[in-house]
Amino acid sequence: MIDVAIIGAGAVGCAAAMELSKYKLSVCVIDRESDVGEGTTKANSAIVHAGFDAVPGTLKARFNVRGSEMMEELSKRLDFAYKRNGAMVLCFDKNDEGKLTELKERADKNGVKGVSIISGDRARELEPSLTDEVTAALLAESSAIVCPFEMTIAFAENAYANGVEFKLSTLVTGVEKTDAGFVVKTDDGDIEAKVVINAAGVYADTVHSFVSDKPLAITPRKGEYILMDRSAGGTVSRTIFQLPTKMGKGILVTPTVHGNLLAGPTAENIDDKENTATTTDGLASVKAKGALSVKNIPWGSMITSFTGLRAVGDRGDFIIEESDVPGFIDAAGIESPGLTSAPAIGEYLCELAGRRLDMQINTDYIAARSGVIHLSALDDEHKNALIKKDPAYGRIVCRCESITEGEIRDAINRPLGATTLDGVKRRTRAGMGRCQGGFCSPTVIKLLSEKLGIAMRDVKKNGK
Amino acid sequence: MENFDIIIIGGGPAGMAAAVSAKKAGAENIVILERDKVLGGILNQCIHGGFGLHTFGEELTGPEYAERYADMVRDMDIPYELETMVLDVAPKPDGCKAVTVISPTRGVCELSAKAVVLAMGCRERPRGALGIAGFRPKGVYTAGTAQKLVNLEGVHIGREVVILGSGDIGLIMARRMTLEGAHVAAVAELMPYSSGLKRNIVQCLDDYGIPLLLSHTVIDIKGKDKLEGVVIAQVDENRVPIKETAKLYPCDTLLLSCGLIPENELTSAAGIRIDRRTNGAMVNESLETSIEGVFSCGNVLHVHDLVDFVSEESARAGENAAKYALGAKREKCESFDIETGNGVRYTVPVSISPGNADELTHIRFRVGDVYKNVSVVVKSGETELVRRKSRILVPSEMVDLLIKKDKLQGISENIKVYLEEA
Repeated sequence: MIDVAIIGAGAVGCAAAMELSKYKLSVCVIDRESDVGEGTTKANSAIVHAGFDAVPGTLKARFNVRGSEMMEELSKRLDFAYKRNGAMVLCFDKNDEGKLTELKERADKNGVKGVSIISGDRARELEPSLTDEVTAALLAESSAIVCPFEMTIAFAENAYANGVEFKLSTLVTGVEKTDAGFVVKTDDGDIEAKVVINAAGVYADTVHSFVSDKPLAITPRKGEYILMDRSAGGTVSRTIFQLPTKMGKGILVTPTVHGNLLAGPTAENIDDKENTATTTDGLASVKAKGALSVKNIPWGSMITSFTGLRAVGDRGDFIIEESDVPGFIDAAGIESPGLTSAPAIGEYLCELAGRRLDMQINTDYIAARSGVIHLSALDDEHKNALIKKDPAYGRIVCRCESITEGEIRDAINRPLGATTLDGVKRRTRAGMGRCQGGFCSPTVIKLLSEKLGIAMRDVKKNGK
Repeated sequence: MENFDIIIIGGGPAGMAAAVSAKKAGAENIVILERDKVLGGILNQCIHGGFGLHTFGEELTGPEYAERYADMVRDMDIPYELETMVLDVAPKPDGCKAVTVISPTRGVCELSAKAVVLAMGCRERPRGALGIAGFRPKGVYTAGTAQKLVNLEGVHIGREVVILGSGDIGLIMARRMTLEGAHVAAVAELMPYSSGLKRNIVQCLDDYGIPLLLSHTVIDIKGKDKLEGVVIAQVDENRVPIKETAKLYPCDTLLLSCGLIPENELTSAAGIRIDRRTNGAMVNESLETSIEGVFSCGNVLHVHDLVDFVSEESARAGENAAKYALGAKREKCESFDIETGNGVRYTVPVSISPGNADELTHIRFRVGDVYKNVSVVVKSGETELVRRKSRILVPSEMVDLLIKKDKLQGISENIKVYLEEA
């Protein structure tokens, strides 16, 4: 019997695993997908929210503020991309400016520093691409951007390095309460655990219902996004939010931490938890609303569009608690600001689990993790030293993002490495550029097929 | 730092033809930098025939055509470096160009050249840039990527195929997939005319009974992990899908042949002016870009339909690069812009300086629609330089006009190219 089974290898599940690996515990993370972060984690706005939006006193406010505080240090220690670029919330109607004041008051109550209200003209001075319709804005200096895949992979790799087991491509089919703890039933055998953490994203309600009769409902809320080429990345430097307008809830326009431009999301509650399809209407709505904030968004440089599903709970807040079944802990309804909150939720889940376990400090804990070395991030001297050591770092495979064979091999060969085309993409950015893998995917498929010992045609893009 | 007379970026048909003619024109210290493991570029995966009729007077496959030029490169002792990618091109104060490269053997280093020939080719427009709604499953490929997987890697990519876009690679792949044992259900084309060559429609679709659905497009992609089908709908005259005509085509493979984009990231970063109509560099009659001594040719300049035209154009670029590298100065004389009129989408070049023109100056362009019984007219002021009747002009076939040097002498106004009813 292990100590903790975590169901779901998204940002929250991996953050909890990382926290638990600081103790002498046996922990297993189970996910139906073949890689970590394949659900809500992979398709969101990638923002580290400052914490002015969450209602004071809620779990959202608590974990948002704490997560935002933790993120920069984590990004350095665990080697993932993070940039404090600041944010603005735009107001388009004089009559709405009171809403900015409300946000400012929330920020104060939540203890968020560096938040102020500025005029439309001042906003345009800071961000010259903003439209003339902007009458005022909330400026939040501590807002940041992060790479959600890199962050989650970093959490997972750190947990793995500290002894956490990952059972990927494994579907949980049931959880049974026993005298000693739980039996987690999967399509690949049973796992007995003293404590179960339910971090199953849009399926957290299903997993919860395996052991509890108390109702918990998750509604998937669809959010469609448009991603533009790095040539458009300088359109704005801050994350640009909108107050809700007559057109409904606003969308954001933001640079990504890798220098692309991202616009979205739409917000539509749906029934189908697998429906990550984009729609013609959704993409049109992103364009229409984006144009309210920012002039001349170069939509023509769109390189892809995608849909994420937020796991919206039925309490208007995160549901993070030990359920009515002792030892079964829910981390459900983790919608925005879930990504920001993930490390803080991980800490708290570890604390909740700790109440049921004998927590001995893991004295061998490895705190630091090194990501895939990105050649383009090095200076020439270090580039040449690396290429001399391993000539594969001199062989560019992905032209658009200048990603070398060395980086791709690292992503595939490292512990808990990539096993799919998308896995390589998320670890290295190969295939994430303007040609979207047109040139590099045959080579990446070949490298994967060699490592996995399977035919090229059987190499998966993603999925189980 | 290593110094060259000419650095040629790209070892495909354009780069090789430029190198060969540059050497013939007297340039000695040349190098071709190619990012792939072999010379030949995209021709290596074009195992079908139809190449070389203009250049060699016989029909060759792509690899055969490439090999003819690779043989010339080797026979003439023109150095080439493989697995070498250019990261940056920048003009230096002394007029030379700094070329930063990366390769397994060189590492990252800076080379210098008097002249540079840009011959990087083009890339395909990916699904993401098309904004097709739906899922993002495995089984959606650009036609060229599929061609590489099938022809060079021997991968069986699917059994039931739909193709969106009737560009030449899409048409060629319709036939290829059929010969590989797959069933191609349809080729859908957004426009009311094909963007591929007539001969490819006949030889690749008609001969195999593959329907070409003009004014149709894919409006939805089904299947979360693996492609399960696409929804095709007819579009109205404004290219808006007519929802009532939507029809599901079950398939495991969707190939996209929806346009080629000259790969000019290096060019833009160097500060060279780009023509937004072609996405290629703006060049003068000598195929020289807005930076002196930097020339552009082949599909990185504008997308061609035939490799034979690429070779011909690139030979001119190579020769002009050699002249420049050997110290020939351009005549200081007036240059005239080429303006486009009725029906003409763009021209290459965008300007002509009569004093620097060759005996024959090419003006190449594409039309924006299908035109029947028209005359192509080239005028400078009231002086008519060319008038050529055409029974039919289509966007998929590049028009190539020739103007004799003596006709250009004495012109005093900008040049206008347009179509007139014949």
